[in-house]
Amino acid sequence: MARIQITDLHKRFPDGTVAVEQLDLAIADGELFVMLGPSGCGKTTTLRAIAGLERQTGGHIDIGDVRVDDLAPAERDIAMVFQFYALYPHLRTRDNIAFPLRAEGLPADEVDRRVAEAARMLQLEPLLTRRPSRLSGGEQQRVALARALVRQPEAFLMDEPLTNLDAEIRADMRTEIKHLQARLGTTMVYVTHDQLEAMSLGHRIAILNKGRLEQVGTPMEVYDRPATLFCARFIGSPPMNLLPVEVADGALRGTGGLALRPPDGLARGRAVVAGVRPEALELVAPREDAVPARVVSEEALGDEVIYVVEAGGQDLRVRMPPASRFEAGSAVGLRHTGGPPPVYDPQTELVVA
Amino acid sequence: MALQVDDAVAGETPGHAHPGRRGVPRRAGAVRRWFEIALLAFLAVVMLFPVVWMLETSLKENRDVYAVPAKLLGFDVTFDHYKDVFIQRGGSGASDLATNFKNSVLVAGLSTALATLLGVPAAWAYSRFPIKMKKDQLFFILSTRFMPPVVVVIPIFLMYRDLGLIDTKLGLILIYTAFNLPFTIWMMKGFVDEVPGEYEDAAMLDGYSRLEAFFRVTLPLLVPGIAATAVFALIFSWNEFVLAIFLTSSESARTAPPAIAGLIGGTTIDWGLVAASAMVFAAPVLLFAFLVRKHLVAGVTLGAVRR
Amino acid sequence: MGAIRAQGLHKRFGDVKALDGVSLDVPDGAFYVVLGPSGAGKTTTLRAIAGLEKLDIGSVHLDGLDATRATPAERDLAMVFQSYALYPKRTAFDNIASPLRARKQTRSEIRTAVERVAGLLHIERLMDRKPSQLSGGEMQRVALARALVRDPRAFLMDEPLTNLDLKLRVEMRTELTRIHRSLGRTFLYVTNDQVEALSMADRIAVLRAGAVQQVGAPREIYERPVNRWVAGFVGSPRMNLLPCRPEGGELVGEHGWTLPRPRWALGESGRPLLLGLRAEDLSLDRRDASASLAGELYAVEPLGDRTLVDVDVGGALVKVKARPGTGGAQGAPLQVAVDLDRAHLFDAETGDAITR
Repeated sequence: MARIQITDLHKRFPDGTVAVEQLDLAIADGELFVMLGPSGCGKTTTLRAIAGLERQTGGHIDIGDVRVDDLAPAERDIAMVFQFYALYPHLRTRDNIAFPLRAEGLPADEVDRRVAEAARMLQLEPLLTRRPSRLSGGEQQRVALARALVRQPEAFLMDEPLTNLDAEIRADMRTEIKHLQARLGTTMVYVTHDQLEAMSLGHRIAILNKGRLEQVGTPMEVYDRPATLFCARFIGSPPMNLLPVEVADGALRGTGGLALRPPDGLARGRAVVAGVRPEALELVAPREDAVPARVVSEEALGDEVIYVVEAGGQDLRVRMPPASRFEAGSAVGLRHTGGPPPVYDPQTELVVA
Repeated sequence: MALQVDDAVAGETPGHAHPGRRGVPRRAGAVRRWFEIALLAFLAVVMLFPVVWMLETSLKENRDVYAVPAKLLGFDVTFDHYKDVFIQRGGSGASDLATNFKNSVLVAGLSTALATLLGVPAAWAYSRFPIKMKKDQLFFILSTRFMPPVVVVIPIFLMYRDLGLIDTKLGLILIYTAFNLPFTIWMMKGFVDEVPGEYEDAAMLDGYSRLEAFFRVTLPLLVPGIAATAVFALIFSWNEFVLAIFLTSSESARTAPPAIAGLIGGTTIDWGLVAASAMVFAAPVLLFAFLVRKHLVAGVTLGAVRR
Repeated sequence: MGAIRAQGLHKRFGDVKALDGVSLDVPDGAFYVVLGPSGAGKTTTLRAIAGLEKLDIGSVHLDGLDATRATPAERDLAMVFQSYALYPKRTAFDNIASPLRARKQTRSEIRTAVERVAGLLHIERLMDRKPSQLSGGEMQRVALARALVRDPRAFLMDEPLTNLDLKLRVEMRTELTRIHRSLGRTFLYVTNDQVEALSMADRIAVLRAGAVQQVGAPREIYERPVNRWVAGFVGSPRMNLLPCRPEGGELVGEHGWTLPRPRWALGESGRPLLLGLRAEDLSLDRRDASASLAGELYAVEPLGDRTLVDVDVGGALVKVKARPGTGGAQGAPLQVAVDLDRAHLFDAETGDAITR
């Protein structure tokens, strides 16, 4: 059983900075759990605390049924993959992968078996005799992964492992990591600042900000209903449109005439912020049932076009199919095609409906 | 792999239970600490004792200097020896040693300045420009410092004799510069490498010439590096003995190290004077190094961590 | 005023040939993007045009005049560096004022110009700060301001948005486009991010290993890539490339699939080809498609506004763009419908596209 339980975690550094305020997380056995947030949010500190590389100032961490607070990293039965690969430059690939097993004192034939299996899983067989200096970034990261794999740990900890790779390789590695984790079924805690990576990989995502937990949920939960304005701004590219609206006449009304279907239970006249995704809007030729707007810019991205339009004094982003052709500066009609949007209180920044 | 042991936790935040040192009981930790203190104290005594003894000797009356058993404490302090360093016995003007010290200041100062003045631009050129066989050139430059100066003393002596540079301050200045230059180039190149060339690129696009860019942007950022390099060069020149003793003989050209060494020998040795001279000799460099101590650390640890 | 022409640029660094005959023709006022992976030679090209790098062979013409031997200062170009290259010991104001001080303008002229540009980029309150007191996004704006403060012939930008986080990057893209439109000056922009290129450029030059692969408008590069390499580099997710051979009326794939041969795919049977299919031209929804691939679910990536499904087709991985919320179990059998009208074919040996 390799679930990970984080209770009331608190980390304050000697210089006074509080990296983690008060964190409670329950990571299920076999889950690919992603911690997402901007730099300085506490995700890496939490990961290092799970690993035992940082000592928390408060709270507890359990891996499986063991409370690991007092255990050294080597005793926690976890394997870690770092952002900078950390491969031993003087060892060949095969020896890099075998290193942790030899350090544990495993018999040689067992070591060879496990190395061969990991190499096969990550397609490293042709690279086994090379040294890190002769490997590309993506290959080095695969070796780092293999080195973590062979230990057959209770959990994998990954600290932004793909950040240093080129975009192409990153996409491939993402698929590989996802597929690998699904095959092995090992618990994985993955830290990243890239929301696309988080969405693509995680079974569940925990969004952290300034040492606090903003939201935990599946990718679609976090995408469709961000729990706070911070999450709403962080997840999704292009970012969610945040419109100040008022509840009036059975709809959420903003400046410029945009009317959205309101969720139930909101008081009349209340001023809130509605989160509208770019794909929940559409542009048409100016007409009666559409809000008048003006195209500020267009970004033709090949498989879609993102328009920035100005309506009622505010800029909104709209996602349209690739064939659409609205010129910059032209007048268009704006329509909302989605369901009731998540609605936020502008003071507390929390979702209210 | 980068490991970070966080020991500062214990005792930081009252109200949070801290589980105590991982695996090591408290008492054993205290014993280890006392052992460390004892060991360091012993080493400190061994290293500092000669210095302390020398300081005391320089301040003791002559009778205390030769006292048996040797007096560690409880002697009368006198500054006569220090006076003798600078003033001729009998009170007739500056002593010979005073002249020697002056020479040391001149020779060390000028050779350091010259080596730095030539070394900085050379280091910058090596750092910024693609030069044919750069690595070989740099290695060759460094290799001249592999050998101790004494190895080349005789050829230098013969060369100087033909050039009439024997027993001149100029001769010493030139040879010290030559010995310091490889070092200043190597050390400054490390510092220049740390300053991104992009600042100069940006300055050139702003409209400055390459040289103006160097003076306006890069040079101010090199000041700590220059300070560190200068200190090391100064220490070499100041303490240099072999070349000084071979290439100079008269008081007018001789620097302090050979002069102080010359005090030892003959029938009676004025230990008080020797001690005082040594203290006076050590003081300026210690002071200078103390003033730039922050930059010294940078010089020693340069390039140690590869990212 | 800002036309740039680079012809036949060759540059070698030791053993490595960084530029292997690069030629660019940047029209005045265009937002021209040089796109390519790291190591392609884009930065070297930009630096050569700026005068920071000496060329082995080749010439640079600015507005028709030969600038190959001119110093950077003489070329009258402004550059924004990837690392911003802000002078660390000077305030933001002094950084922005630097190009004007180099040109010995008067204090009041400098003040007016700096304030104008600071207002344009909304950084007025940062003027007294030093770079170490600025965030990444703020430093980038100061670097941009330093370039904008004078009125140079053209602006050179070396991956200026790479070090910013996603949200800032998206915002700055719109802002850069807006600034470009209002200034009307030439922007020569270098990046390895194809989204940036597609969204901002009037024209894109795709660079690879020191050689220009294709030049054209964004839509053209996306819809009609001239070789398999450009096809794979532009567009996210990457275009699926499946090795196959034409046999009679069919395309026979190396991984055991067959598809009807498109009418426009002429050529002898047996010639090794690559079938290029973009993820958005594949679908898991259409059951009755005449052209489809059979496979198993390999991975599911929910990205919010879409879901990417990786399908294992006989050992080859094919990425399909599906509706948000699409799910499935590992190994589940899937039918991928193919829109052959939008497919691409490339010669497997040369990599060149087979044109319709």
